Amino acid sequence: MSDCCSGGVRLIYACSGSADVGQIADLVSRKLRDAGYARMTCLAGVAAGLSGFVESARGADVNITIDGCGTACAKKALERIGVMPASFVLTEFGIVKGKTPPMDEIVSSLCERILQQGEPSPGAVQRPGSRSGTC
Amino acid sequence: MLLEILGSGCAKCQKLEDLTRQAVNEMGVDAQINHVKDINAITGYGVMITPALVKDGVVKVMGKIPSLDEIKKLIS
Repeated sequence: MSDCCSGGVRLIYACSGSADVGQIADLVSRKLRDAGYARMTCLAGVAAGLSGFVESARGADVNITIDGCGTACAKKALERIGVMPASFVLTEFGIVKGKTPPMDEIVSSLCERILQQGEPSPGAVQRPGSRSGTC
Repeated sequence: MLLEILGSGCAKCQKLEDLTRQAVNEMGVDAQINHVKDINAITGYGVMITPALVKDGVVKVMGKIPSLDEIKKLIS
């Protein structure tokens, strides 16, 4: 949903890649959105260069990317438009590409670990256990 | 030219519409101005922060009210 003239806009993007970890990235992003962590928008719109998505990313206070693996397509898609996101790469949280079914308990656990890291830092890769703010 | 103001209808959205109409009048250009308040139409543009000004389908500015001169540059 769009906010009218409000500050503190935090947007979240999932890579939603074809591998199991891409699917998990999508589910984690949606769960974080539902928890009020950030508002979710479409990475595909950014990658396609659609003006509304690009300007939204540029205008947001914080952009957060959830990538399934180290290829980090979501992070790189934002960097291409000059936006440095706070980046989470799920394989750095211990899940293995190709060997991790998208189960509820795995998604919930990853969400909890991301939330435990506190405020994401724009332009930084958020690693497990590296708290960057208050929780 | 089609100009669209995206926003739910708050004072700032209305201000952007007023300024856009003023810019169009002063420039003497032929433009249709629509105020889009439907949230699905707004998010369909990918716009997450309003108000926004769209020219012929391209989002020119969002989340702020540009000055009259800035609007003239954006739509020229």
